Order: sequence, then structure tokens, then C-alpha cells
Amino acid sequence: MDNTNKPQNFSRRNFLQKSLLVGGAAALMNKFTMPLAYGQADLPAKVPFAGENQETISYSACLVNCGSRCPLKVHVKNDIITKISSEDGINDAIFGQHQIRPCLRGRAVRWRTYNPERLKFPMLRVGKRGEGKFKRISWDEATDILASKLRHTIDTYGNEAIFYQYGSGTTGANLSGRGMSKRLLNTLGGFVDYHGTYSDAQIMTIQPYLFGSTNNNYGTQLQSLFDQIKHSDLVVMFGQNIAETRMSGGGQVTELYHALAESNAKVIIIDPRCNDSVVAYNADWIPIRPGTDAALVAAISYTLIQENRIDEEMLAKYCVGWDSQSLPEGAPLNSDYKSYILGLGKDNVAKTPEWAEKLTGISAQRIRQLALEISDAKAAWISQGWGVQRTQTGEHAARAIMTLPIMTGHFGRPGTNIGTWGGSVAYPVAGMPTLSNPVKVTIPVFMWTKAIDDGESLTAKNAFIKGKDKLDVGIKFLWNYASNVIGNQHADLNKTHQILADESKCEFILVWDTHMTASAKYADLLLPDVSGVETSDLINNSYQSGAYNYLIRMQAAIKPLWENRITYDVLTDVAEKLNVKDAFTEGKSYQDWIELCYEQTRANNPDLPTFTKTDGQGVIDRRLADSNEHIALKDFRDDPINQPLKTPSGKIELYSQTLANIASDWELDEKDKLYPIPAYLPAIEGVEDVAGLEKYPLQLTGYHTKGHCHSSYANLPQLKEASADAVWINPIDAEKRQIKHGQLVEVYNDRGRLYLPAKVTPRIIPGVLAIPQGAWAKTNKDGVDIGGCINRLTSQRPTVLAKGNPQHTNLVDVKLLSL
Amino acid sequence: MQYGFYINSAKCTGCKTCQVSCKDEKDTDIGTKFRRVYEYGGGSWQQTNGLWQNNTFAYYLSISCNHCEEPTCVHGCPTGAMHKRKEDGLVVVDQDVCVGCRYCEMRCPYGAPQFDHQKRVMSKCDGCYERVSQGLKPVCVDSCPQRALEFDDINVLREKYGNERDIAPLPNSSLTKPNIVINTHAHAKCSGDTIGRILNPEEI
Repeated sequence: MDNTNKPQNFSRRNFLQKSLLVGGAAALMNKFTMPLAYGQADLPAKVPFAGENQETISYSACLVNCGSRCPLKVHVKNDIITKISSEDGINDAIFGQHQIRPCLRGRAVRWRTYNPERLKFPMLRVGKRGEGKFKRISWDEATDILASKLRHTIDTYGNEAIFYQYGSGTTGANLSGRGMSKRLLNTLGGFVDYHGTYSDAQIMTIQPYLFGSTNNNYGTQLQSLFDQIKHSDLVVMFGQNIAETRMSGGGQVTELYHALAESNAKVIIIDPRCNDSVVAYNADWIPIRPGTDAALVAAISYTLIQENRIDEEMLAKYCVGWDSQSLPEGAPLNSDYKSYILGLGKDNVAKTPEWAEKLTGISAQRIRQLALEISDAKAAWISQGWGVQRTQTGEHAARAIMTLPIMTGHFGRPGTNIGTWGGSVAYPVAGMPTLSNPVKVTIPVFMWTKAIDDGESLTAKNAFIKGKDKLDVGIKFLWNYASNVIGNQHADLNKTHQILADESKCEFILVWDTHMTASAKYADLLLPDVSGVETSDLINNSYQSGAYNYLIRMQAAIKPLWENRITYDVLTDVAEKLNVKDAFTEGKSYQDWIELCYEQTRANNPDLPTFTKTDGQGVIDRRLADSNEHIALKDFRDDPINQPLKTPSGKIELYSQTLANIASDWELDEKDKLYPIPAYLPAIEGVEDVAGLEKYPLQLTGYHTKGHCHSSYANLPQLKEASADAVWINPIDAEKRQIKHGQLVEVYNDRGRLYLPAKVTPRIIPGVLAIPQGAWAKTNKDGVDIGGCINRLTSQRPTVLAKGNPQHTNLVDVKLLSL
Repeated sequence: MQYGFYINSAKCTGCKTCQVSCKDEKDTDIGTKFRRVYEYGGGSWQQTNGLWQNNTFAYYLSISCNHCEEPTCVHGCPTGAMHKRKEDGLVVVDQDVCVGCRYCEMRCPYGAPQFDHQKRVMSKCDGCYERVSQGLKPVCVDSCPQRALEFDDINVLREKYGNERDIAPLPNSSLTKPNIVINTHAHAKCSGDTIGRILNPEEI
């Protein structure tokens, strides 16, 4: 039997009918009339602006905050996206010329575009705040309201009452709403900005105390590229999971494979979960209890001292505070790191592997073995993910891990890193100028609820606000662009709800997004944004794609859907109503700005084609950085006298006098400790919290899942079925509670409750639960989060120094749900 | 001529891009998975002196239709809708002929034939023969960020990569003679293994 090729164009022809099932058609039906005949059996025609039934291909990109950036080919017929595919690359067999292949999320852009939860027109709240009841209004009304609320806030409270909320839903988008919103606010006298991010506030705050400040912590100034692993014989990763957190085929996951293929280095991953990187890189998995990494490092250090594996001379040359000899003047006796390790410090406890095994859950024998493995390595690469620092004592944990390569001499040499994530090189691209912000005060990214609730109590010394000694006014106006923080990604959502629901505190909430997110439900004014495929931009490879860096021109693949408009055009209308249009636009259209940014980029790189020639090109230019030129601390290692670090001493500060000063100057919570050395500190809701564990015996950590990037894409059924959100639980903990794989369970503590299916798996250490962060919060009438959002359970208690988010430090219990 | 897949399980991160890109290309419904990524693993945890010891292992195996030499789905099809193409050996279902009896689904040990609940007939991976006829690879292969999938003349693949295909949770290859070659993960277990289990039954 041979009936080949009969259904040549079958699947495409049935696109609309099929979409009914995936939820896209409800949206489509409003806008489009169904074509009677949906195309002949013709081949894809790569001609721009083709007529009816012809396929066109435009280049867009996935703009979420994964750290990578994937260009997308968007296939379109009759102004409807039919599918997504990868760019072509130059030669896929050659690393650095390879195709930048999107992960499953980039491949889901068609469904995300037509998702029924897309916002379709401007809306005004009619119910209680947070209730999610709105009425449709016109753009004219919407821009009137926005303009008048801005004017009112500025006139009544001043510009310091406006807060621009953290949000990463359009990361990398260079010209779209993020920068432009700030530009408009700056033309109006400014706004309070945040410092730090929900991803990495603690490590980015602490790192300069150890290594000195740099201009670019993400990049290669203080991080080696993963490509250097081609020179390593050992790779040790703390809480790092490149296979899930840096999934782009153009990015670090590929770079790491490539480097490992050259060196065959052994990989060790220390993590509460046997994560997908353990599987992918065939790593030795060392399960660890959350929040105890600094104890592990201390015990490794103890072993190295006992085994005579420390090069004291080297440490004296490069470090301050390793031992009493190198303590800064005035530091207390035995306050150095070595004395702390040996038990000569205040606590009088030697940090033996036996001491650490009780905390970490890792046997003393394995700790000794790990210490010797690192010591024996010719070139050990040591790095950490950001989950370690996203804990209650995260600054100390992250700093301890950064100390490990220093103590073992694995820094500033080929194949080494300095305990940070690992670097990336950004393709230099000009962006739209946001202008300077006349308001100089900034608050830690995590402190905005406090700044609403009791703003005037926040000071530099109790809340790490910068640019001013204290806040003079609380937040009265929240500007949320492409941000799902206020109702989803912030900690302790029930407490947050109480703060936001009080309209006397924050008086106005603008949410501007593509979807009806949990945060959008808190809007007073809700504006619909175009998605990436409906707009144009000029972007680079983002902040963590690795050595491979590139420039992408995004061109709108379809017209804006429904009443959605380009952000710039809306802001121009608002600017006009506030009489700042000329300052805002400088007489330029959105397209003018794209072209201008391109020309500025080209001015620094004359080999680039002219703007007209980049039409339809997608990836305009690509480069591969030479990782030998990006080895962290190489200059310092080679010549510490003439290439000092930007620390007060010019050396690596294992003991930081600056931190010692902060510890005495700041007004710290009595339960918070800040040490000048990277000591292990027990955490509230950590492994040593006996009272807490008695009530809630399980530690709960979040993790980044392949199914969504933070909360972006988390609502798509096509991704949910591929990668189901579930709470990871070890069979031992599950059996105790008679929980079986796939059953719905309730996870709870004093802050809240949520439902999720159980994933009963040996791939997690007993005593610990793990829930993927980013699931869309949704409460039932009993206040239980049936969306499975972990932040129903997380704490708003900020960390000691960065005042950052400790969202992986929680105690909970879990039980089988009986419905 | 017989096409087949090479599956590099040692490189697979289990990311599911293959499954999702197929879904986009073929426009399949929720619940229909032409390609499924098995998470296979196991191990146990024991406590001694308060410390946990474990021998956990896990690996991923991305499986679509294996376009078998002896396709039991074809043999059991009462209408002839399920057929193996002479020119390229790909197993394809003709939905105009299929009556939706689902015998093929019951017979296939790999879960390849997928019932289309809209049309009430079977659907399945067709090896992207339309793309292949244009000189392209199946979309799953072209989309894999790890480059862990290949598609070619099975003889070419066997020459390059050997003949391994008896890997859990797949059944023994003698059953249907699947046209696949697997590069095994370091922790791979043989077909028929009872130490491990499928850890993601809800995702396949």
C-alpha cells in the first residue's frame, strides 16, 4: 500500500480548528474571519509581504529572563502565526557559528501569543483591589487616567512616591516598554528605582567585599567563561543547574557540553536535588541540606589545613584575613577565617567534617574526599548557581563558595573560575537613552512592600536604601511594566495582598502586561502590551549566553492583536497630555529610534551592514569570545602588586573590615548576624531551627523548571503537559505521609497553603521539598493557592546585608489532600 | 531505504524541546504526544548514624515512533490505514482510511500511535516525511538544543553509532525491531530492568 504525500498541507490547513482545543481560538475568533480555504499545497515562500495564503517568515526573539536570548523565525500566513522555527546559524558543526536553538519555551511562542489570557484592551478596576474585576475603557480614557494620576502623585507627594517595580517579562528588549517607561518618568522629574534583583541580590551585594567592585558582575570582568572548562580536570558546582536555567542551544548549556567534550573533566554537583545537570553531565551528585553550603566549605577548609594542603605563602600574597598574620589592623584577635575554621574564634567550634556532616547531611568521609579531589585537581572550575544565595543567610553562603577556589589556589589560571556563576560576553548594542533620573534614592528590590506599608521607617542603616539617609515618603504609585512581582514572584503573597488591598497606602497601581497575570489582578489601571512578535526591536544575546554573542533585529511578524498598541506610542500620548512630548520623543517615531540605535551600534562596528540591508536578516552579526582572555582574576594572580583589586586593601578580603564596620554601624535585627568572614550561619527556618522544625519538619526550596521561565510561559497547557509543576518529595518522606506519586497534596506553613501534585522521586534529599517557582498564583475561596505558587509559603524577612529575598528558606509540612 | 533515529541519551537533558517543537509543527492537541521524553531512574535511600546514603540514578530517553522493521501496529491494523512506506520505511497512518479502533495503540510497545480525540482516528509521528522529502530533518532533530537527536538512513546511523537499542524503559528490540540507535547514558539499564521505573508517567 502506498498513498504517500497525500495530506501534504493537512496540519496547516487545520490550524484554526485545532487551535480550538489549545485555547487560542477564543481569542482568534474575535479578531479574524476564518479563511474558507486555508492554503494550497505550496511550499513555504520566503518572500516578504506575500499575499493571501502565502507564508512569510519574520525574525523575532524570545524575550524572557532566562539569561540567554534566542532568535525565532516566526512563520505567518494571513497575519496568523503558523509555527516557530530556529534561525539558520552559519555552520552548526562549528561551535561559535552554530544555530541558536530555542528551548521548549521559545518554541511555544505561537501559543503564548494567542493565549486566551492575553490582555486585549485597556481596563479600569471596578471591584475591590486584587479582586480582578475590570471594565473596558478606551485608550484615550486610559492615557488620561495615567497622566492625571502621575500629575496628582507628583503634585501631592513628589516624585519619590513613584516606584518603578522590578519586572523581567521583556528582558533584553532594548527599546520596548522597560526603558521607555523610565524615560517618561525621568522627563517628569524621576522616580524611585530599585537596586539588586530577585535573582541575585545577595551574591551581587557581597561579591565586591571579597573581590572589589567591577562594572559588570554578570560579565567576564570577574567570572571565567564556561569555555575555560576545556582546560579543567574537575568541575564543582554548588546549586547550579545550567541544563535547566540556561537552556538555550545558543548559550551556556551548549558551551559547557562543548568544553567538557574537550577536557573530559569530572563534574560534581552539590544540590538538594539531583537536578537535570547531574543527569546531563553525568555528574557525581552530593545531596546537601539547603542553607548549609558555608558549613561544607568550612569543613573542606578544615580538611585542607589538617592535610597540609594550604599554600600559606600564596594566601599571604593574595589575601587579607586568611590567618591572624594578615588581619587588618584593629581586627579582634582570632577573627580571621583560619582561626574560625580551627575553632579558635569566638564560637570555639572546630569546623571538622564531623561537625559539618550533622548540618549538611553529607558524610564526613565524602567531605574529606571532596576536599582532596579539589586539592588534587590541576585546574578545578568552581562555580555556583544563584539558588544558594537566595536564602536567609545567602550572602555568607555565596561568599564561602567564592572563598573555596581562593583557598585551593584554583583562580586566575586556565580552567578555573572564582566560585561565581561563570561569565558571559554581551554584544554591544546601543539602547534608547532613558535620560538621567533626578531622584537619587533607590531601595533594595525586595523592600517595596515595606516601602508601601511603612515607607518613612526605611533608612540606609536599617533597610539598605541608597542615595539618601531615609525615605521621606512611602510608595503611593506603583508602575508595573512586564512584571509579575506584586501578585506572584514576591514573597509571602498573603501578607502582600493585605498591604496592596489597603488603598490608603499605595494609592495607584498601574499594570502593563501581555497577560492577565496574578499581578495584573491588582491593577487599578490595566494596559495591554504587544508581545515580542507584534513589535520590533534591536537586541543582543542578553546577560548569560556565554562566549557566543550576537546582535538580532526583531521585526514585527504580525500586526498588534486586538487593541494592543506599541508601548512607545502609548507613552507618547501620555507625554503629550503631560506636556513633555518633545522631551520624551525628541521628534522621533519608534522606528526612528530603532534605526538610530542601530546606526549608533554600527558606528562602533563599521563592518555591520547598513540598516536597510538588515531587513529580514534576523541575526545580523555573531561572534565567539576567546575565553583565554576571560579568566577571572588572571591579571591579579599574575601581578598582584601592579594589578590590585578594587578592595580597600587591594587584595582578596577573606576578612572584610568594611563588613565589620557595617555590622557595628547598621541597625540589624537582633537575630541577624553579619560576619567579616564567610562563616556558616544558622538560619531562621533552617536546619538548626529546632522550634521551627518541630512544627514544620520539612525544608522547602524553590527551583527553576524547564517548563517556564520564572512566571513567563507558566500558563501554557502545551508546556504544562511537557513539564508538569509538582512538589518533589523523597519516597521516605512520602511514605511517612502515605503520599503516592501524582496525588494532590497540600503544602503549608503559618504563612499559607497550596495544592500541587506530588512528584515522589529519589532525586531529592529526604527532609526537603522542592517546588518550581513561577507557577501562577490563584487562590480558592479558602485562600489556598490552587495554582501552586510557592510564594504563598515564602517569607518576607529580608537578608542581613542585601535586604534580599530569602525565598528558598522555608519550613513547611505536606499532607495528602482529601477532597 | 529505511530511515531511523539516533538518540543520544548521554547528552539528553530532558528539556522536551523535541516534544514541543513537534507539537508546534504538527499542530497536535493537548494530550497527543508524537514524541515523549521518558525520565527513567531509581535508587534507594538508607539512613545510617543519621546520615543518608543513596544510589540514585536517572536518565532521559526521547522516543517517538521507531518506524520498526516489524511494526506490530501495521500488522494489527484491520483497515490498512497504518502502513509502512516502501520508499523510506516510515510508518504512517492514513487518517482517511483509519476507523479509530485503536488496535495499533494497544499493540505498540512504545506508545507511538496516538488517538486523535477530535477526529476520532489515530495519529502518530510520520518521521516528518514531508520535510525529509525537501531535504530537511524531522523538526524534533532540528530543534534539539543539545544536538542529541539525529535522523538518517538507519544503516548510516548503525555504522556511526552501533546497534544499541535494548535500553529501559523500552522493551526488548526483538519484539518489533525498532529502527533506532541509542547512545547510552552512563547509568542506562537494559530493557526489562526492574531496579528503576519511569519517574514521569504524567509527562509521557
